[in-house]
Amino acid sequence: MQLKNSRYVGQPLPRVEDFRLLTGNGTFVDDCHRPNMACAVIVRSPVAHGRLLAIDATAAQELHGVLAVLSANDLGLEIPRIPFRIAAFEEATPFQQPVIAKDRVRYVGEPVAVIIAESQAVAEDAAELIQIEIDELAPIASSRDSLRAQAPMHEDLGSNIAFQYTIDRGDAAGVFSRAPYKRKETFYVQRHTAVPMEMRGLVAEWNESKGHMSVWGAAKVPFFNRHVLAGMLGLPDKSVDLIELDVGGGFGVRGEFYPEDFLIPFAARHLQRPIKWSEDRREHLMATNHSREFECELEVACDAQGKVLGLRGQVIADLGAYVGTTGGILASRAAQFMPGPYDISALSIDVLSLATNKTPSGSYRGPGRFESSFARERLFDIAARDLGIDPISFRLRNLLRPDQLPYSTGNLVPYEQDASYDLGDHPTVLRRCASEIGWEQKAALRGREVDGRYHGIGFGSFIDSSGAGPKENCRIRLEPNGRISVFIGSSALGQGIETGFSQICADALEVPIESVSIHHGSTTLLDEGFGSFHSRSIIMGGNAIADAAEKLISLLKAEAASLFECNADNIQYRNGIFVTAAKDPIALADLARVLPKTAEADGTFGTKRKPYGYGTHAAHVAVDIRTGHVEVIEYVAVEDVGKMINPLLVHGQKIGAIVQGLGGVFLEQLSYDDNAQFLTGSLADYLLPTSTDYPNIRAISLDLTRTDRNPMGVKGVGEDAIAPVAAVIGNAIADALSSFGVQPTRLPLTPCAVWQLMEQSKESEAH
Amino acid sequence: MDMTGEQLIPAPREVVWNALNDITVLKDCIPGCTFLEKQEDGSLAAKSVLRIGPIKASFSGKVTFSNIIPMEGYSIVGEGQGGVAGFAKGGADVHLRDAEGGTMLVYTAKADIGGKLAQLGSRLIDSTSKKLAGEFFERFASEVVSKAAVPA
Repeated sequence: MQLKNSRYVGQPLPRVEDFRLLTGNGTFVDDCHRPNMACAVIVRSPVAHGRLLAIDATAAQELHGVLAVLSANDLGLEIPRIPFRIAAFEEATPFQQPVIAKDRVRYVGEPVAVIIAESQAVAEDAAELIQIEIDELAPIASSRDSLRAQAPMHEDLGSNIAFQYTIDRGDAAGVFSRAPYKRKETFYVQRHTAVPMEMRGLVAEWNESKGHMSVWGAAKVPFFNRHVLAGMLGLPDKSVDLIELDVGGGFGVRGEFYPEDFLIPFAARHLQRPIKWSEDRREHLMATNHSREFECELEVACDAQGKVLGLRGQVIADLGAYVGTTGGILASRAAQFMPGPYDISALSIDVLSLATNKTPSGSYRGPGRFESSFARERLFDIAARDLGIDPISFRLRNLLRPDQLPYSTGNLVPYEQDASYDLGDHPTVLRRCASEIGWEQKAALRGREVDGRYHGIGFGSFIDSSGAGPKENCRIRLEPNGRISVFIGSSALGQGIETGFSQICADALEVPIESVSIHHGSTTLLDEGFGSFHSRSIIMGGNAIADAAEKLISLLKAEAASLFECNADNIQYRNGIFVTAAKDPIALADLARVLPKTAEADGTFGTKRKPYGYGTHAAHVAVDIRTGHVEVIEYVAVEDVGKMINPLLVHGQKIGAIVQGLGGVFLEQLSYDDNAQFLTGSLADYLLPTSTDYPNIRAISLDLTRTDRNPMGVKGVGEDAIAPVAAVIGNAIADALSSFGVQPTRLPLTPCAVWQLMEQSKESEAH
Repeated sequence: MDMTGEQLIPAPREVVWNALNDITVLKDCIPGCTFLEKQEDGSLAAKSVLRIGPIKASFSGKVTFSNIIPMEGYSIVGEGQGGVAGFAKGGADVHLRDAEGGTMLVYTAKADIGGKLAQLGSRLIDSTSKKLAGEFFERFASEVVSKAAVPA
């Protein structure tokens, strides 16, 4: 249903979650304690590749307080493998991860044993006593090595290629053979990842008499993970519950099914004890999904006026040792979004996903979008410069016009249907961004040195889908005390869904927002639900709430009708009050008290029609060429987000995504040495942006066009603002250093990397 | 980690060579070494306590000698296991030549680290290695000088 009342929807209400969280009253998984609970520590492989010969746990088992040391042999003959949740490329199935290493280890951090002890301290001490005998094999430390390697990492398979395919649109070969201008560059995005503030953790408890497993610490997709876990434990779905507590950030990595999501419940049932496992930061950095590592050769063909005729190239994603729940998402999304928001008739991209002896990679906020935007937008600026066209004019010449939308992209992902971009006005958003950053006023500053620093302005445009996956379900109950309880499958990862859902429900039921409680994300709440990813919660969950509310109102009208002794059609429902001509009106809360039984209604929503958000970002940077340090003087994001449930939530997501993106541009890198040893095991080695690093970000969220792809007309807004960040900064640095011909093509742009680019430009000048 | 260097030892070549093959001298000079013993196969069993950044661990391992040319030099290859603290393996080529004021000891060393040591200590491994090498040569020089002073 479309919301008629908008007393709350559209208002910048402060988050209802915040009081609880900011006053220290949140309950995170580490706050969860069960009677007689034991602690688990995972023993992980210290080498990247080898034959696992023996695990000697004798000394560990003798330690007082150690309950068990479990390894592959304790799990039975068949070690479960973690299935795909999305982006399921059949041919990559042999690359799925076993929940524990049996004969081979394939990355530093792969689980080889689980120690369960009376306390965390004893379990950690016991881990130091485990002797692992590994016959080392040559490690594959990069995607280049992966292609060249003589012996495949997965010994039964012919190669390290998890999957490959080509996407085509139009006649790329023909276009490139005739084009008057072509330019090819190679781009690289470093391995980095989400790093939520709260690390992963689980508490599992087995109830032997009921044959029931409860797991606290669920996140993201609890219903899917429940199904996977139940299957691995040989239980029906209803005998397993995954319970969501407060979650300190997800960003894609937290809440996917990992080896521990099986190992801890398995151990709890095996030992008949509740068991807690809490990841520490070093463990998190090597055991939670990595992401982003991507190499791309991209070539653009243009006419002399800068009209892009074609785009072709190759995308290589470095997957790490196994293909996890998010399947082939990194490479496939990078290829799918390579053409971006532009009218490009000819396209040909070879897509390759390769295994290496590194931590498995998965989805992280804006998977493939961040990477592909960096390659495309950088290449476009390089081409524009070659052709003597400014970056704004170049983009305006190529952006899709409003009259071309919706725009069919054709089939750019093999396992999906054809996609189509949503309505929008890309040129208007670009022009607004140019005016906000002061493109004309600052023209004289571009490439100029002021007090030893060179100034530059860069732009990046993007488009992104939202709202993927199966339907979401919801139940709304009118409690006997008149309060409203909403039970929903969507899960909270810090994005503020309790607030957004409260606004939607309060408006849909025309009740005060204070009377609404949102219960989310646990399998105990509903028979079937799904969860949150791909900015889908407001789209799927929000529309499901509106659906349930509509059904609840008609159910209550029927109840009121029997009370009024009239026909339900003669009852009006307005502002929480049932009104009919002949009788006194009755308020919702009063009706609740006299109902024979508690009234509740189920709602659902699902769609395959994804809405698309889009926008243009710009940055003004100053580059110190002596140190390579880049200051972001100003960063402006202008996006057409359409209808906003809560502009404050939208704004928070935009700023957060941009800061997270800037971390990926300047600071964050998961490093490995040539032996595929992991080198960045602490936050002193892996640098994250902090609140003081990028103070000058403005996010302008416009309501220019609305989607018609769901009844409420909402798009996802949480994820996408990260997409253009690397492109924007790369372009701004290139603009600042244009007199030196510096063109950043590799991330991260650390001071050292920028300084080296300057040195290289001096060298090439000298030759 | 790769490291090269040279160190002037103010003693005749023979004295330096003998010291390089004297287990007691080596044990006293290797920073953190708590145990060093010759095995039947000619290799050395070693135990050493190492502190790199936030990690302090006891490593036990084996060192083997090869390319031994008396008075000229040798190659050593070693591997140490520190349990969950990780591991280190590496090797060094050591050459001696006469120099003004004594004997010049020239070395090239290469080491790989793994596990927790790599995850938390990689930023510090170069500086730590240089520091350890410095400590070794300082002690070695003073040992050799004191030995040279006492007629055998």
